Order: sequence, then structure tokens, then C-alpha cells
Amino acid sequence: MGDFVLNVNGSDVRVNASPEETLLSVLRNRLYLTGTKYGCGEGQCGACTVLLNGNATRSCLVAIGSAAKSKVVTVEGLEQNGNLSPVQQAFLDQGAFQCGYCTSGMVVQATSLLREKNDPSEEQIVQAMEGNICRCGTYPRIVEAVKLAARLQSKGASR
Amino acid sequence: MIPVDRHTLEVSSQDEPRGLSSAKLDRRDFMKVLGGGLLICFTPTLAWAQESGRAFGGQQLPKDVGAWLHIAADGQVTVFTGKVEVGQNIRTSLAQLVAEELRVPFDAITMTMGDTDLTPWDMGTFGSRTTPTMGPQLRTMAAAARQMLIDMAAQRLKVDAQGLTAADGRVTDPQSKRSIAYGELARGEKLVKVIAGEQALTQAADWKIAGTPVPKAEGRDFVTGKHKYPSDITRPEMLFGAVLRPDGFNATLASIDTSAAEKLPGVKVVRDGDFTGVVAPDAFVAQRAVAAIQSKWTVPEQPSNQGLFEYLKANPETGRDDGPQHVAGSVTEALAGADVKVEERYTIAYIAHAPLEPRASVAEWNGDKLTVWTGTQRPFGVRDELAQAFHLSANQVRVIQPDMGSGYGGKHTGEAAIEAARLAKAAGKPVKVVWTRSEEFTWAYFRPAGLIEIKAGARRDGTLVAWEHHNYNSGPAAINTPYNVANQLIQYHAAKSPLRQGSYRGLASTANHFARECHMDALAHAAGIDPLEFRLKNIADPRLQAVFQAAADKFGWSHLKSKPERGFGIAGGVDKGGYVATCAEVEIDAGGKHVRIRRVVQAWECGAIVNPDGLRNQISGAIVQGIGGALFERILFANGRILNPHFAQYRVPRFSDTPQIEVVLIDRKDLPSAGAGETGLVGLAPAVGNAIFAASGIRLRSMPLAPQSAAPGEPDPAFRS
Repeated sequence: MGDFVLNVNGSDVRVNASPEETLLSVLRNRLYLTGTKYGCGEGQCGACTVLLNGNATRSCLVAIGSAAKSKVVTVEGLEQNGNLSPVQQAFLDQGAFQCGYCTSGMVVQATSLLREKNDPSEEQIVQAMEGNICRCGTYPRIVEAVKLAARLQSKGASR
Repeated sequence: MIPVDRHTLEVSSQDEPRGLSSAKLDRRDFMKVLGGGLLICFTPTLAWAQESGRAFGGQQLPKDVGAWLHIAADGQVTVFTGKVEVGQNIRTSLAQLVAEELRVPFDAITMTMGDTDLTPWDMGTFGSRTTPTMGPQLRTMAAAARQMLIDMAAQRLKVDAQGLTAADGRVTDPQSKRSIAYGELARGEKLVKVIAGEQALTQAADWKIAGTPVPKAEGRDFVTGKHKYPSDITRPEMLFGAVLRPDGFNATLASIDTSAAEKLPGVKVVRDGDFTGVVAPDAFVAQRAVAAIQSKWTVPEQPSNQGLFEYLKANPETGRDDGPQHVAGSVTEALAGADVKVEERYTIAYIAHAPLEPRASVAEWNGDKLTVWTGTQRPFGVRDELAQAFHLSANQVRVIQPDMGSGYGGKHTGEAAIEAARLAKAAGKPVKVVWTRSEEFTWAYFRPAGLIEIKAGARRDGTLVAWEHHNYNSGPAAINTPYNVANQLIQYHAAKSPLRQGSYRGLASTANHFARECHMDALAHAAGIDPLEFRLKNIADPRLQAVFQAAADKFGWSHLKSKPERGFGIAGGVDKGGYVATCAEVEIDAGGKHVRIRRVVQAWECGAIVNPDGLRNQISGAIVQGIGGALFERILFANGRILNPHFAQYRVPRFSDTPQIEVVLIDRKDLPSAGAGETGLVGLAPAVGNAIFAASGIRLRSMPLAPQSAAPGEPDPAFRS
């Protein structure tokens, strides 16, 4: 066991855990940030995606020992002053979910994509989101949501 | 292991019995919980309808109440139903129906669902039964409640109830312009009314809230991560559990050494007969502890994919042969005189539901009272499983179902609930158990594999004359042909399944439609008739005609001609009150080996549409989910072991697999609403198979159609996807 300091959603937190424990487990079970989901524990489904130092990362594959001093943003950290982020707003507006279990990972993955490319093509969206599974099959709406988020984001930026 | 009786599930989804309620709250309890107001109960038993009024002396509510509705002093309406929300959007659509009949805004409604202490008994959420059964019950209750409120307002206003109107949560007297809010009428009341039988319901053509695309209830909580799924539940002092799994199905424990696990900090090993589990202060240590247990198992030899379908045919389940489902005329005679005959066999592999949220439970004991939060489509069924496992009465067990990370028919059972409860009992603290992905792939249950044999014949003019259809193991759902055929023999043969199998979205409707609609296509080609024309010629039901025509029109069927690199196929059918027709366009690469679905048009009709946006989402989602079973999903197994229990090995549809999808909804406001969660799945596989044939001349008769590799003992697939 060891003490690790992380910056999670803008606040420094100290956790006492085995260095091999996954970031996903720490977020969910020690910090009670349950928006980040377990789907496979093998980096195959994307439900556990967080931003780690700004990059979309499968938190189930990251040992806390290697993530110390990192900046982590989870789905809970995307709202600003009670306002949904453009990606969150777009998913809500498009109804881009059914059971919603994949939504956190989808939202974070799309957030990362839109930070790199402010106006991605459909092909780029599909490529970037390919590692995220939605078993309810909501993919077409999610693609539309990412396109809408790009528009909302550029509108917000030009304001 | 809790056996799943698929036959029960298959039958029950078609024919839901009523009258098994064990409502445990009495009237006094209820009003204590709710703090007064108006409580309206729906019961199918007329005798109880008389039994209502202000004098509720603590007697039990009727035993067969289907749902409750409460109106509080602030005008808020709470609906209590044992149905559960798993992504199919009934939390929204049922609330719309209540808001419509009660004449309140949508936002005034809160749905309390799937909590065995708070909601009336319900068999479970499956079989597309919520909309056609719970929908009318809630509407009837709400309509009765509205009339009750109007009567109460008439008394207060001292006017005739006839002249009063109800709208937007108020009763108004148009003459005097005076009005009273529902909340005001409920204030200070403790009125229980049990209603039964018929109520005049608002016609769908007049709907203002039902029938509109109301966004998903509490949608914001799903984009912010606030929604608490079963696996997100935490309780004070909660520990984490994990369970030791055998090396294979039907294995017996030969030896076990738990000493290494017990040395880990805070770990307790729990053994109880065949069951071995651990509890630990955190999830990480629980998983490490279970991995540290040394165990040896004796696994008996068991069937594998190789020879599976021969095995299913050769191994009937004894005592389960109920004879043919349907017999008419003489198939043998009719075939002898038919101009065109086709006889073929079709196979369907086992597939996994793989809900993204695996089985998860939190169990908490309070003396001899057990509370379990878990993801299940059958909270009352899981309550009974728990009561049986721990020798409790049903009243001592409460199961709460937070809206879960879906199920697709795969979460009817309470394995994780029992495991968590067992560990919590031993630990003396609440325990959470969340199955790993490979546990979910291995120790849940599968959609049944099946062998289907069809022989059929038609006249040269395209009139079907004979149809014989045998389904081995996959199930009887939608086994009867919707086409007009004078001579029929249709039979389901239950078999001894080598793998644990159970319910799956659509049940065997997918398998039976796949075989039937591919066979129809083969007959059409053999007769030299366009596959759409051939179908329309043999359909009497105008609703089925209509979906075929609608899908074909939107798709442009009549002017699309298949070529080797591009094929067009059509398929359709009816089940559980939903009518579907699917057109698919596939692309085959220049090498002729790789197939991709490019475009799907699906027409859908299920009576009056309650929420067109939710419906569109369901139908589109069913198409995408259907791609998996159609093209590549398949469980590989040998000797009691699952060989592909990971998403890296068990391919599921992803973004890049998704074609252009167009959904055509036919809104029949003149017909009762049917459920839409399942039948949207059944058209895709045969439409794709037929499109591949149209392009290549190769008839594929096995689901999946284009797996990534051959199963052991099988030839290489003709196409990959």
C-alpha cells in the first residue's frame, strides 16, 4: 500500500492504495466517482474512459502507482458551474443513449476528440470512437451527437 | 447454479398470468409512507372495486393489484409499477400515458419501478409486455383518478360533475371559471380507491402528451454520470466480494487451498458447500484474494461447437415433446404436387447478451431482513430466489432495481444477488459483488443455439402450398408462418442444451424468422419471382403487407438490381404485436470474400406510437444489435469451457459496423399499442443473408453469416465481415 496524490476534476486528492490497483477501481471504490464505469477491465469497451493529463485513457488499464501526480478528469468533471459541456449537451439533445451505461465513456472519448479536432469528419468520429462499445446500438445518434457537439463548441468559442 | 427454465420464460412471455400479487404494504403503511393524499389501485378483480373509501382500517390491499398511483398534496403524482427500466425507455413512455389520461404535465409524474417493497408484484419486464399490459392498466387507473378528482371538485364547488373539465393538473368549471388544483383536492385526504374493469380512455388520435417525442426521463443524469446503476450502489461499511469459479461447467471440486488468500489484509474466505467466495475491504484485494485460491476441479467431457447441431437433434429433452405447434392439411401430398420445392437446414449459434454492465449486486442484512440492490429484469423473481436460498419468507426480502446497464433478456436471474447476500451474511456487513466481463460471458446464460429444418413448396404462379418447419432447441417464439399456406406442419423440439441457455431479446423469433425468411427467398428465386412480390402474394394480413410495402418503397426496392459486388435483400414478419420489414444492402469486396452492410431500411408498426423518438431509438438499436448475431457473434466452447469470454475474442457491433439506417414508423392510432423492444431485431439477419445471395449466388444458412474464423470442425466461412 502507498499514498498517491492525484488531481481529480481540479482538486488534489490523496489515496491510500496498492500501487497495482487500477485507476478505475480507485475512482469508483475509493473516491466514489461512479460515473466512470466498469465494462470489461481489459481496455476493450471504453466504458471506463477518463482524461489522463488531457488524453482519453482506459482507466481500467492504468495502475494507480503509475498515475500518481496526474491530472484526471472524469465525466463528473465536465460540467462547468452547473452548465453541461458541449458534448454532454449534444448527447442530451440527440437522445444519444438508451440504457446510458456507455454514455460516460462515450462523452469523455468525444470530449478528447473535439479537443484535438474541432470539426471532425464522420470517418474521424467513427475512428476515434471505435473502441467504445454501446450494446444498445445507439451509434448513429452518438455520431450525430458528436457532430452537434462540434457545432456547439465552435459557437461557444466564437461568443 | 440456478437453472433457467427457458420453456417457462418462452411461454410466460406470450401469456402472462395475473393474480399472483403479494402486495405487502397495507393501506395504513402506504399512507404513512406517502403522507396522505389520494391512492388509486388497479385490480383486474371486480369484487375489490367496491371496496374503497376513506375508512381504511389497515386491511391488506387486494392481492392482485397491478399498479398504484398516488397524488400528493403538492400535486405530484407517483406511479408504482413492478416493471423496470433497462434502456427501453418505459420510465418515460409509461409516464406519458399516465400524464395523458390524468391530464397533468409530464413533469408532474415520478415513476417508482421495480422495488419489491414499494411496487405491486410483477412477473418481470420481458416479452414486449410492458406497453400492451402495463400501459392500459396505468391508463385505466389514471382515467379513474381523473374522474375521482372531478367528482371531488364538483362536491367542493357544489356543481354538477358533468360540466367540469380536467386539464394541466386542475379541475375547472367553465361556467364560473373557478378551478381547483389536484394537489388541493388531495390535501388532507387519505383516500384509497380500488378500481377495476373498463374506463373510457383517451383515443390515441386525441393524445397530446402520449404520442409525442418526450425526451428520456432524467436524461441529464446519464450525461453527467450522476445516475446510479446497480454496480454504483454503496452502503455504509460496505465490503467487496468475489467468487471462486469452477474450471468448467458441471465441474466438481477436487481440492482447494485458501491459505494464501486468507493471508491478504482484511480478507475473509467464505466456504459453504460448493460455494467459495471472499470478502475484502476493497474490490482490488477481493479479486487478488480469489485469484490466490488454489483449486483443482474435475471437469467432465462435454459437447463442443463441433457437431453441436447434430447433438441437439439427437438429444431431445425427455418429456418436453409437446407435438406439433400447428398442423393443417397434408404437407406430404401438397409437396408431391408442388411445382417448386426447397428443403434446407439452418443453424443458429449460441450468443451472449453481453450487457455492458455485468451482473452486480449489493446485499445488506438487517437482522433477518435482507435488502438487495441488483440489476435484474425480474425483481420479484430474484426476491423469491433469495427467499428460497436463505429460507426466508418473501416479506423478509426486499429487491431494489436501479435502472440498469441493460439486459436484453440476459438478466432474469439472481446469481450475483445470492452471492452478495451469502457473503454479506458471513461478513456481517453489506457486500458488493460485480461480475467480471469473463464471468458474465461464462456464468450467465446464452441465447439458445438451434437447428431448423424447413421443406416447402409453391405453385409456379407463386402460391405457397406446403410448409414444414422443425426447430430443434432454439425455441417456439414466432415459429408459425405469417404467410397463407394451406398445408402446414410446424414443430418445436426441445433438446438437452450443452450450455446454460435462457431468454434473449426476441427469444427464438430471430432464429425462426432467419430460417423462414431465407427459405422464402430461396423459394422466390426457385420460382423466378421477385422476393417482395412472392411475399406480398402470400400475405393476407394487411399490416404485414403495409410494412413490406413501406420498407420496399423507402429502400427503392423496385429499381435496385443486385450485382456481384452489391446485393439487396428483404425480409420481415410479425411477433409480439410488432410488424417489421427490413431491406438490406450489402457490399462484397472485389475478392468476393469480405461482406459489409451498407444500408438498412426498416419499417415498423406496433399500433399507436407512444413515444416516436424512443421508438425510433429502440428500432435503430435493434438493427445495430442484430448485426452482431447476423454477421459475427458466436460463443465458442469445448468441454464445459467458454473459449472466447472477452470482448477481444467475442466481437460485438462497433461504430464502424454500423450502416446507414433509415427507420420508417407507421403510426396506427386506431390500434392498441404493442411493445417494441424485441421484434425490431428479427428482420436483419435474413435480409442480409438474402442480399448476400442476391449478390453472390451463395446461400448462407448459418448465423452468424460471416464469422471471423471457422469454428472447430467447420469449413472456412465463405465470407468474412
